[in-house]
Amino acid sequence: MLSRVADNLYWLSRYLERAEHTARVLDLTLNQLLEQRSDEAMNGRIKNLLDGLFAEALPENATLYDMTEALAFDPKNHASINFCVAQARENARQIREQISSEMWEHLNMLFHRTNRVRIEDVWHMQTTHGFFRDVKEGAQLFQGLTDSTMSHNECWQFLQLGRYIERANYNSHFLDVQFGVLKESQYYPEIAKDFMEWVGLLKCFTAFEAYCKVHTADLRPEKVVEFLLLNQEFPHSIRFAVDSMEKALMAIDEATETKRAGLPNRLIGKLKSDLSYSHIDEIMETGLSDYLDGIQKQSGRIHNAIYDVYISYPIEKALV
Amino acid sequence: MTQKRDDITKVVYDEMYFAANVPRVHYKAVFDRIREMPHEQLLQRQQAADQSFLHQGITFTVYGQEEGTEKIFPYDLIPRIIKGDEWNTIERGLKQRIAALNLFLQDIYHDGHILKDEIVPRELVFTCKHYRPEMRGVNVSGGIYISVVGTDLVRISDGSFAVLEDNLRVPSGVSYMLANRQVMKRVFPKLFANYGVRPIDNYGRELLNTLRALAPHQTAEPNIVLLTPGVFNSAYFEHTFLARQMGIELVEGRDLVVHDNIVYMRTTAGLRRVDVIYRRVDDDYLDPLTFRPDSTLGVAGLFNAYRAGNVALANAIGTGIADDKALYAYVPEIIRYYMGEEPILQNVETFLLDKDDNRKYVLENLDKLVVKAVGESGGYGMLIGKDSTAQEREDFRRRILQNPRNYIAQPTLALSTAPCLIENEIESRHVDLRPYILYGDEIKIVPGGLTRVALKKGSLVVNSSQGGGSKDTWVLL
Repeated sequence: MLSRVADNLYWLSRYLERAEHTARVLDLTLNQLLEQRSDEAMNGRIKNLLDGLFAEALPENATLYDMTEALAFDPKNHASINFCVAQARENARQIREQISSEMWEHLNMLFHRTNRVRIEDVWHMQTTHGFFRDVKEGAQLFQGLTDSTMSHNECWQFLQLGRYIERANYNSHFLDVQFGVLKESQYYPEIAKDFMEWVGLLKCFTAFEAYCKVHTADLRPEKVVEFLLLNQEFPHSIRFAVDSMEKALMAIDEATETKRAGLPNRLIGKLKSDLSYSHIDEIMETGLSDYLDGIQKQSGRIHNAIYDVYISYPIEKALV
Repeated sequence: MTQKRDDITKVVYDEMYFAANVPRVHYKAVFDRIREMPHEQLLQRQQAADQSFLHQGITFTVYGQEEGTEKIFPYDLIPRIIKGDEWNTIERGLKQRIAALNLFLQDIYHDGHILKDEIVPRELVFTCKHYRPEMRGVNVSGGIYISVVGTDLVRISDGSFAVLEDNLRVPSGVSYMLANRQVMKRVFPKLFANYGVRPIDNYGRELLNTLRALAPHQTAEPNIVLLTPGVFNSAYFEHTFLARQMGIELVEGRDLVVHDNIVYMRTTAGLRRVDVIYRRVDDDYLDPLTFRPDSTLGVAGLFNAYRAGNVALANAIGTGIADDKALYAYVPEIIRYYMGEEPILQNVETFLLDKDDNRKYVLENLDKLVVKAVGESGGYGMLIGKDSTAQEREDFRRRILQNPRNYIAQPTLALSTAPCLIENEIESRHVDLRPYILYGDEIKIVPGGLTRVALKKGSLVVNSSQGGGSKDTWVLL
């Protein structure tokens, strides 16, 4: 398939995954922060969230209102949900012929519905939850349509690749910021016993119920981290994302029969086996933050390698 | 050489009606069907057709309106019918005309015999901005310059067909022709079946064969692509439609790269050689190294690959000289010169404005004539005298005096009319006909083509880009 098309499919997926994750996390955080009494703690949490979402910092006295505007509605803020949905739709529009008409119509309608919303419409009526839900379900439905109305060919694989690279990257970073910070905090021992903190963190990854099925409602920090990082079966675990990245890359390698895929294959192979063979105790000992940072860096290298091999390769390399 | 003299004072030929409420014999079944159909049902069918177009996204971008957005291409239910024997004449005439035009292009880009023999004036050819000096001496694949042609025909008062103009660069509209037929079969299946209409559904395959015929070297499976300017182009829908029908890749300039005079396509599996490009990009924008340097739609070095014979283009570069409206006046002579025959299809009387007496006559009668800029298409750069304001006429007068070579004038033709369903009523509207001619191993013509309708009451402008619409065209067996 055309490299340009691969590029569009990949970014369509990444932006949509980003929008979904942001919507989920923002929704949960707003809920939690409604009960926050201390200003200092509130500021800390806002800063944390922005950092966790790779968003630009806001001024010191930013309120929840400002944060929501920045992360949800501001079409010019590159971390905002509206921006991400618009980008996803724009990428889809460029390659409309490659995706099914159901996929296109659904994404197009989602874009029109959500991009029209302004913070004034929902803040005072307290209907922000409805907005977030629309985005989340919109992204999930898109995935369902992708799986059932599109052939699982090379195009489909690039969609999966974008989604899971985004997931691995964002989840690692988010977990690092949330948990890493918690762990460094002087309040950690109390927090460690604060049930709601861990429920909140799990819910950011839609993992609460799945976690309980495996570990019961006994929320222990190391177990939570282990689940989110290393669980092989849960779709939002980092390991699952990396395994899925590997599957997609192998399929693309096969479909293109290219002999040049050495680098991305090697990088993903390494990352996948690292996650398969690591134990949570070793990771906590050597330092969770470093480990998560390593995953992000590796994902970045894989992204570059993909572009080098499949999309923006220089002609000289390709003619060898 | 006799040409048809025609003007609006003559009676307008109606496609369906012989006289008031008396349908022509071959239209009788349609006439009866429409009359016996309850009005609501007719409207319902029109709506169903509109829905079908909407659903498939058969849209067209109309420039100059506020939104410049995608609109459903207006489509009228009532078919336009052409008798078999009428069509046979048209077909013979078109084959003759296109063969002659192709030989003309071969000639002027090589030895120029027709210029030496002073049949066509040199200045006419060399002052045409679409004449490409870069093409002098270039041998194109199979000697075929014009693989896809759309020639516009009109039926005049006496019922005969005349050629209004040729379109030899990037003629569009064929996708609407195909879509119209699909819809008609669904909306009037019995009527269609009973009539016995010549099929057009194999256009995709015929077009593919036409392109295959251009493949430069003996490859078993030539790589054929369709080059589009992209999603913002008004005819983008047609590009995607045709690419899909033919099963070929739809590419943009940025997907292609030229290396060592060979054209390649950037794919995830590496670079893939391209053999034939069906290009829907104008000459000017094809290659920033040879033509417009500010073009982002083309491929740097494409012309060199083309000249080296490593890639074929449909249509060839530089065909615009042959659809220049001033050259049009010489086409009957061109046919006589190369084919040694009298033209089967007539031209419309045309005044070349760089001739003093023509110019004088035209400037005195602007309100009765149609003035066209020679290199334009899409109905732009045109003045319809009888519908114009004094200001518009003054404007054209100035332009003509400034650059007479750039304009021609023709009498206002009484284009034939056909019944259309306009806002719940059946009314007459002017129509023309654009058949599509494919020049591959042989010249093939799709029976019928696109019947374009000037939807605005009394208007003579049928172009889709100016708010025209279309009908299905039935050529009877």
